[in-house]
Amino acid sequence: MVDVQFRFRDDEAVNDPAVTVDAFSEQSNATAVRIEPGEDARALLPYLDRLALVEVNFPAWTDGRGYSAARILREAGYTGEVRGVGDLVIDMLHHMRRCGFDAFAPDKALNPTDAKNAFERWDNVYQATVVDGRQAIWAKRHPA
Amino acid sequence: MKILTGNDLKSGAVVWWTGFGWSLDVNDSADVGDHGPAIIAREEGAQNVFAAYVVDGEKTEEGVRPAHIKERIRALGPTVRPDLTLKPTDPDAINWVI
Amino acid sequence: MYKYDEYDQQMVDTRVAEFRDQVRRRVAGDLTEDQFKPLRLQNGLYLQLHAYMLRVAVPYGTLNGTQMHLLGDIADKYDRGYGHFTTRQNIQYNWIKLEETPDILAELAKVEMHAIQTSGNCIRNISSDQFAGAAADEIVDPRPYAELLRQWSSFHPEFLVLPRKFKIAVIASEKDRAAMRLHDIGIKMVKNDAGEIGAQFYAGGGMGRTPMIAPLIREFVPLDQLITYSEACLRVYNRYGRRDNKYKARIKILVHELGRDEYVRQVEEEFAHLQTLAIEPPLAELERIKAHFVDPAFETGLSDDLDLTDPDFRLWVERNTTAHKQPGYIIATVSLKPVGGIPGDASADQIRLMAKLGTQYSFDELRVTHAQNIVFPHVKKADLYTVWKALDEAGLGTANLDTVGDIIACPGLDYCSLANARSIPVAQKISERFGSAQKQAEIGELKLKISGCINACGHHHAGHIGILGVDKKGLENYQLLFGGSEGADTSLAKIIGPGFTEDGVVDAIEKATEVYLANKQGEERFLDTYRRIGMDPFKEAIYG
Repeated sequence: MVDVQFRFRDDEAVNDPAVTVDAFSEQSNATAVRIEPGEDARALLPYLDRLALVEVNFPAWTDGRGYSAARILREAGYTGEVRGVGDLVIDMLHHMRRCGFDAFAPDKALNPTDAKNAFERWDNVYQATVVDGRQAIWAKRHPA
Repeated sequence: MKILTGNDLKSGAVVWWTGFGWSLDVNDSADVGDHGPAIIAREEGAQNVFAAYVVDGEKTEEGVRPAHIKERIRALGPTVRPDLTLKPTDPDAINWVI
Repeated sequence: MYKYDEYDQQMVDTRVAEFRDQVRRRVAGDLTEDQFKPLRLQNGLYLQLHAYMLRVAVPYGTLNGTQMHLLGDIADKYDRGYGHFTTRQNIQYNWIKLEETPDILAELAKVEMHAIQTSGNCIRNISSDQFAGAAADEIVDPRPYAELLRQWSSFHPEFLVLPRKFKIAVIASEKDRAAMRLHDIGIKMVKNDAGEIGAQFYAGGGMGRTPMIAPLIREFVPLDQLITYSEACLRVYNRYGRRDNKYKARIKILVHELGRDEYVRQVEEEFAHLQTLAIEPPLAELERIKAHFVDPAFETGLSDDLDLTDPDFRLWVERNTTAHKQPGYIIATVSLKPVGGIPGDASADQIRLMAKLGTQYSFDELRVTHAQNIVFPHVKKADLYTVWKALDEAGLGTANLDTVGDIIACPGLDYCSLANARSIPVAQKISERFGSAQKQAEIGELKLKISGCINACGHHHAGHIGILGVDKKGLENYQLLFGGSEGADTSLAKIIGPGFTEDGVVDAIEKATEVYLANKQGEERFLDTYRRIGMDPFKEAIYG
């Protein structure tokens, strides 16, 4: 079990073992599930109300499907933990936050100072992802 | 002979293994025999170079000549800019590549 | 042209700080080369055959004199006194030192430039029509839409590690000067029956190993859905584009394997979903950007007369200028293809001279073309002779636009670590063989494009004549292709037969031009004759 190194939630961490997407649909009691890169995050949408943790696995951070998976879950209103696990790199942490990740369990612990800098680096963002609560630059340019 | 080339970490410049260290001049290349992978592991591990690899070469009268045109151009410089090559004053330098 | 506000400036400055930090971590050993590579690539830093190469973005090919001047200074200060203009309307430097790169980026940021997403598996710098804002045939200036997309695609958190690189082009005229349908997404601004401007989307075009012409995927995307629709296209690609094989990872393979209709269905479904979220900038943002692209203060009542008594000037005007939408003005293209020269290369002094002329005679605006030339978009006809004189004295007065001498060539094996054969020496030999004014006049328009490997950076698939360099048992060998086009009549070139040596390929092209001249009817270009009579007469002459 890999440790969660960064977490941006106030609730109690869920430490149930995460089951696979296939196993999940047959186990009505499971509250934690792990999505692999090729799996469809939308398959979980009917069950969001009973999920407390979704782990999104990154065998390699350069496989970008996990970023879409997290955002899709958030767009559908999922409010539980979305935890990035696997090959996480400092330079993507900010972008992962923007896609809806709120917990990070890297294979190898990241330098905490560098990670803090990365999380805090960007004061502004060009896009609205909607799921991170941040206002896009265009919205700041044209206040309603 | 087997020779080793890589890139200097801080600058990115192409360098060649001399047996003791790294040189910008292919003619300083040492024959590494079967030791290439071990030297690469050590030198990359020590952060001296990166992207190192072994190539075939031969010792000629004019110096060490890599076997493949790609590394000959790598060693000399762009054939279309003789002024920027290893031998800027040699009008026949291009023949060494081709 | 577009000017940064405090937000844009802050984004670029932050990127410089981030990259400086990445370089620090790399040199300190906190990042291995494997970890650093995708990061540096997202900032345009490649490792080439001799050194690092830095690709600097010129968004939609537009830049001002101050920016161009700095590009010359960077060539002197950090490189070896020259730069190379690319088919993506960017500039790249061949001899960059890693440790100096953050300083270069900091200098660029001071003039509102950067190297963001000029490589890597992300949405690349967006290209456009080099005559945008000046062309007589455009329905609207495409650049505000390209700028809107530039901001959306910069650091888009979901799309930074796509299956493969992603290139977008935006045009707004019937005559396609940007090879729009050879892009991952091609956008053509159009007017619908109600007279409204919108975007026509094409997806899944590209060159490389598997060249494909992008099919139309939507007739009309309203301006207030442009970003949302683009996001849908990208999300479907990010989720379902192939990641098991690098050579099958471009969107063209996805569109091809799913079929155009199924890709469209998935995009429309995603689009409908994304429309329920508020991700689209308001039209006021587009209006804000558009205000940066209003016409310069053209004088009115100017004469359209040109004194063409100087025969060399006359030739240059005939070859290298294009009609301007404003009476009394003209679009002038500077050829970076002198006879025997290196296509796309310019010295620091030449770059600064073009900067100065652009500032003085073209309302402080220059363009980079995908054919690796430079454009002064708004020259007063009365100033044209002065401009040409200054160019000519600096070796920039070559009159060969769109002729056999105006060759697109990738850097090839002289610089590129992926290449199998050299491209530039072939281009030089061809331009020497056919470079005389007389030869060029005789042969007329002939777009010749050379790539040094199958990745097709030299656009050989889209050449009226294309040349592909291959490695044949350690020797350079060149395949010849005929019949490609990147214009509104986009077509892909076909290989005509066995390959040639470097000299052999030049001889073969000479024979091909002879076949053309012998069969040409009326005003036919090489391509027209080829399309009419087919490949056989050419094959016979070349191999017969």
